Amino acid sequence: MERRAFLQTAGTVGAGLVIGFRIPTRGEQDAPPFAPNAWLRIGTDDSVLVVVDRSEMGQGVATALPMLLAEELEADWTKVQIEFAPADKAYINPLFGLQGTGGSSSVRAAWTPLRKAGAAAREVLIAAAAQRWAVKATECHAERGAVVHTKTKRRLRYGQLAARAATLPVPADVPLKDRKDWHIAGKPTKRLDTPSKTNGRAKFGIDTWVPGLRIAVVARSPVFGGKVKSFDATAAKKIEGVRDVVQISSGVAVVGSGYWPAKLGRDALKIEWDEGPVAAVSSASISQLFAERAGQPGVVAKHAGDPEGALGGAATKVEADYEMPFLAHTTMEPMNATAHVRPDGVDIWAPTQFQQGAQGIGAAIGGVPPEQVKVHTTYLGGGFGRRFELDFIQEALETSKAAGGVPVKVIWSREDDIQHAQYRPANFHRMRAGLGADGKPVVWTHRIVAPSIMSRVFPNMVQNGLDGEAVEGGAEMPYAVPNLHVDYQLTDTGIPVGFWRSVNNSYNGFAVETFVDECAAAAKADPFEYRRGLLTNAPRHLGVLELAAAKAGWGTPPPAGRSRGIAVFKSFETFVAQVAEVSVSPAGEVRVHRVVCAVDCGQYVNPDTIEAQMQGGIVFGLTAALRGAITIDKGRVQQSNFNDYEMLHMAEMPVVEVYIVPSAEAPGGIGEPGTPPIAPAVCNAIFAATGKRIRKLPIGTVT
Amino acid sequence: MPSFTVTVNGRPHVVNVAADTPLLWVLRDNLGLTGTKFGCGIAACGACTVHLDGEATRSCVLPISAVGTAPVTTIEGLSPAATSASHRVQKAWIAEDVPQCGYCQSGQIMAAAALLTKAADPSDAQIDEAMTNICRCGTYQRIRSAVHRAAKEA
Repeated sequence: MERRAFLQTAGTVGAGLVIGFRIPTRGEQDAPPFAPNAWLRIGTDDSVLVVVDRSEMGQGVATALPMLLAEELEADWTKVQIEFAPADKAYINPLFGLQGTGGSSSVRAAWTPLRKAGAAAREVLIAAAAQRWAVKATECHAERGAVVHTKTKRRLRYGQLAARAATLPVPADVPLKDRKDWHIAGKPTKRLDTPSKTNGRAKFGIDTWVPGLRIAVVARSPVFGGKVKSFDATAAKKIEGVRDVVQISSGVAVVGSGYWPAKLGRDALKIEWDEGPVAAVSSASISQLFAERAGQPGVVAKHAGDPEGALGGAATKVEADYEMPFLAHTTMEPMNATAHVRPDGVDIWAPTQFQQGAQGIGAAIGGVPPEQVKVHTTYLGGGFGRRFELDFIQEALETSKAAGGVPVKVIWSREDDIQHAQYRPANFHRMRAGLGADGKPVVWTHRIVAPSIMSRVFPNMVQNGLDGEAVEGGAEMPYAVPNLHVDYQLTDTGIPVGFWRSVNNSYNGFAVETFVDECAAAAKADPFEYRRGLLTNAPRHLGVLELAAAKAGWGTPPPAGRSRGIAVFKSFETFVAQVAEVSVSPAGEVRVHRVVCAVDCGQYVNPDTIEAQMQGGIVFGLTAALRGAITIDKGRVQQSNFNDYEMLHMAEMPVVEVYIVPSAEAPGGIGEPGTPPIAPAVCNAIFAATGKRIRKLPIGTVT
Repeated sequence: MPSFTVTVNGRPHVVNVAADTPLLWVLRDNLGLTGTKFGCGIAACGACTVHLDGEATRSCVLPISAVGTAPVTTIEGLSPAATSASHRVQKAWIAEDVPQCGYCQSGQIMAAAALLTKAADPSDAQIDEAMTNICRCGTYQRIRSAVHRAAKEA
């Protein structure tokens, strides 16, 4: 039976099955809604539709952004619905200058514009009501989706005012509410997307269906950078359900009536690859290259005082090298995208973090102007930076075009996903410190050896060999040390690298927070007290450090058999400290029982989401710390699926307690900052338990 | 292609697919029931969990030819009304606001619903043993709370 046929029996599962995110309501069909800006549509049925211009990949943005707008709008929160924005310049992320989601930037970027959008709309609705009642606008106020004439208690709902409001001018700059008057933003709020994510109705990219859809599975070079030399599709084409086999830039795409025939077809292809130079690369050769580079001066990212002189005169020297592997994102939803390339335009349905990039590549491949490329953003089954890439969208576009303009959904297998990613860079650190007579460091040097993500993605951001992102969290380490040197050895390995939750903070956080612990040990000091004494110029680091320590009972004996480790790190303008309670079995197996997490992200929108993102960020970082490693042999990734690239399971989940520091500071990010501190906190706890210092990740078994 | 009759959410469906086609792809590509997700294809992650004769089953490795007459329940059929989440596990998931990206949650919910038919009030150890589905967003703590909550609302 063809996919088409299921529609005829769709009544068995309810009419909502193939409908997108939202059913247009009667009111919207009857009259044009009040649409004062790019983010808001108020229907005559009182519906409040918020156009969410960031991708929802689990971080809660499809709830947080509407909360900001609804707060100023004085909306009835129960009437708020969401829709994802198309690609349009109205939705450019002001922190990036392009339309995309990343860098834990969504709330920070929307903080003022969305509140102003809500406030301006509120004032127009008040003006409409005042006009209707022939009273002064100043005699009216808005509350819970209605305008009230304060004196007479007369009331008009927003839906009743929408048509009139649509004819009135929108004021430019309305003053914003005082935060103490907030009743939506800042309060624990249930996510708007939860119901659809518990009944199977939430539509992810992989769930896209359009009439005439074909499914494609692509064979890619097993070696990074390899090209198709020749291929034989005879056997593939004999498989029932295989409709077409086409060559595209990343390899050979088998187009079928469903995933299964397309996958069987892909498996039946005979391809000869020109493997190229990366075939000589292995994890061992990369480690050797890193070690060589660590002995050579890098490009200076930070320099203060006289580090070499201070090292010579230091009472105690501390030296350590750290090494960390490539890591894959493994979003639960494997990479996929649907494209329909036609002479008159292009449609893209994708779980993407980068709408503007999708539109651009759609225009280039489709040979049409960008305005004729429609980007339909679905829910993302995880993003973690992987979906900022365009490779999976490019494949769908090229396959649709090569297959004669039929709509095509490209689906990656898990093996494809693990073996063809843009990985968290493998990296190496050489660190040295000199301690004074009081045990405090008088000098700190840090050489970062790593590939550069930016040199591939945004090359103009790499100046004179310095990728500012590669040294983030290292160059601005918070401890007061008079003589400081941080430099960077940009070291390409041939393996593609990309954004991975918390990006390079994930490795610099480990290096800095392990090394300061080594300094504390060399000074025979308590790791918490030692950090406290060095955070004299970093009050927000100090604040979360002290809160986490207090809540964890630092200084009191831990439960029998457990040890504690601590780490503090700032990323994306948010400060996080974590205390991990860890036990190590006689066989060297590490178990993390409890994590106490203190977070200062400035002003915030939804504390429920902060808790969830800290838990999630900790699981993400802990999974990598315990066992995450993508290794390379002959230019190929050696891991293939969850059997050899293992995830954390329920049974290993520590109890995570999250404490939020009240703050009036500018908002910080929340999707990523929970990740960097967990690996050093756990490894510092392992040191406390065993005296063994983990200098190479993943931890594996402690021997 | 051979013809198979499969009973899904109480309704029989006839599909013509290769005998080795996993039930997952019959549900998704032939029946349009996309609530059941593809995660790994090797029964490691549980995103594809359905009930087969009431048992939590990973549909990505179950060939359609092996399904036979056993009734299949998917997330879309877990609660009697397809458009609302009225099963106690779904209600508990909403009360605890479990999902983040949400992609694994159909499978998590199906696994939890099957667990509660075997253990009315599961211990943490029983939850650890039964709930082996992977959640990359790290919602495990809320999943555990939601399973306990659902058990109490029996």
